[in-house]
Amino acid sequence: MSIWKYANPTQFMRTTRWLLPWLSALAILSVGTGLIWGFFFTPDDFRQGSTVKIIYLHVPSALMAINAWLMMLVTSLIWLIRRHHVSALLARAAAPVGLVMTLIALITGGIWGQPMWGTYWAWDPRLTSFLILFLFYLGYIALWQAVETQDTAADLTSVLCLVGSVFALLSRYAVNFWNQGLHQGTSVPVATGGRTVSDVFFVPLLISMAGFGLMFVVLVLLRTRTEIRARRLQALLARERAAS
Amino acid sequence: MIALLRRDLLLAVRAGGGFGLGLAFFLILCVLVPFGVGPAPATLAKIAPGILWVGALLACLLSLDRIFQLDAEDGTLDLLATSPLPLEGSASVKALAHWLTTGLPLTLAAAPLGLLLNLPAQATPWLVAGLALGTPALSVIGTFGAALTVGLKRGGLLISLLVLPLYMPTLLFGAEAARRGAEGLDATTPLFLMAGITAGTIALMPFASAAALRMNLR
Repeated sequence: MSIWKYANPTQFMRTTRWLLPWLSALAILSVGTGLIWGFFFTPDDFRQGSTVKIIYLHVPSALMAINAWLMMLVTSLIWLIRRHHVSALLARAAAPVGLVMTLIALITGGIWGQPMWGTYWAWDPRLTSFLILFLFYLGYIALWQAVETQDTAADLTSVLCLVGSVFALLSRYAVNFWNQGLHQGTSVPVATGGRTVSDVFFVPLLISMAGFGLMFVVLVLLRTRTEIRARRLQALLARERAAS
Repeated sequence: MIALLRRDLLLAVRAGGGFGLGLAFFLILCVLVPFGVGPAPATLAKIAPGILWVGALLACLLSLDRIFQLDAEDGTLDLLATSPLPLEGSASVKALAHWLTTGLPLTLAAAPLGLLLNLPAQATPWLVAGLALGTPALSVIGTFGAALTVGLKRGGLLISLLVLPLYMPTLLFGAEAARRGAEGLDATTPLFLMAGITAGTIALMPFASAAALRMNLR
């Protein structure tokens, strides 16, 4: 029993077939619970009023935007080292989801920023590095679509993902040097050493974060299954053409 | 390696016209900006360091797809890949040739163009030093972008999308150094950070470029 057995597409399809409905149900349940609890059953913040409630969309999507890239980095490495096709397809499937998550984080951030900071956009380090992350996603997806040979495309995008990760990290800390921040620091208890957000807000946020994580997994698995089926279809067509 | 460098330089100067194109683009951009923002000297002085840096970056971008495209079309690239010289070495030489024909002239042209944009005199040495230190990184990163898109029919637009985010840190530190120079502050810190990025990219990017080339040639 090891994770490598899922490198076999048939095994991957078989496992995800029964896993997917359960995961989807769980994702819908936790996203729904997190958002409905967050939007309707939490008190207004003392200073921010009800605008604080957009946090239940903003933080989870931002979290998944970064983790999606991280996952692409790991799967790209696996593809480059062990050449498992499922791994490359997972990376490919994750990119558009990550792109949309980045976009959600940017847009909800703007909507939240307008009443709180008085502006939709500021060249704050965190905002800027998210915009750069967005550009990296765009380039990655564009490269996937531009290269015709599937294996070459997987190779090239993997290298781009590795190099891009280094530069994304570099940009993340370079922008600190460039402009002062408007965005608040982290509120994650592990990083701050203590709780800074009240349980009333924090519990639905946690549920929402878990839900977005599950939703990401479901979407990526679904897209990967589609990709595998598309490949099989192509193989079938090629075989038929060769036979006739 | 030296033969390859000489060949690339000769090709760049004599054929194709790519050599002067970047410089001309840089000049036109610097002429257009005052029309766009108005000729007020104070405004121009304020934005001059940024405009010069962005202009140099875009001019650099313009000639990137030439690095490998012609060689890939006439088969030279396959010969390079099978030659005793490692592909990493060829990629470095290609980047060096690109810098000598693009980055270096841009650096030299930046000072007179700075006059055109009313760049404060105290900023000029910082700008030139920054471009001299930063343009090698632009060439090396650009070579990686060119290596990624070498097999594509319409790689030109894709290259900009892939390479521009990678240019971000270099541009940031370079423009910051020039801006601090313009305000009479000490600009060594951003300059050193950028030199670090340049040194790191020169050391590591040829490996990524060569890997991308091998994938494209396989």
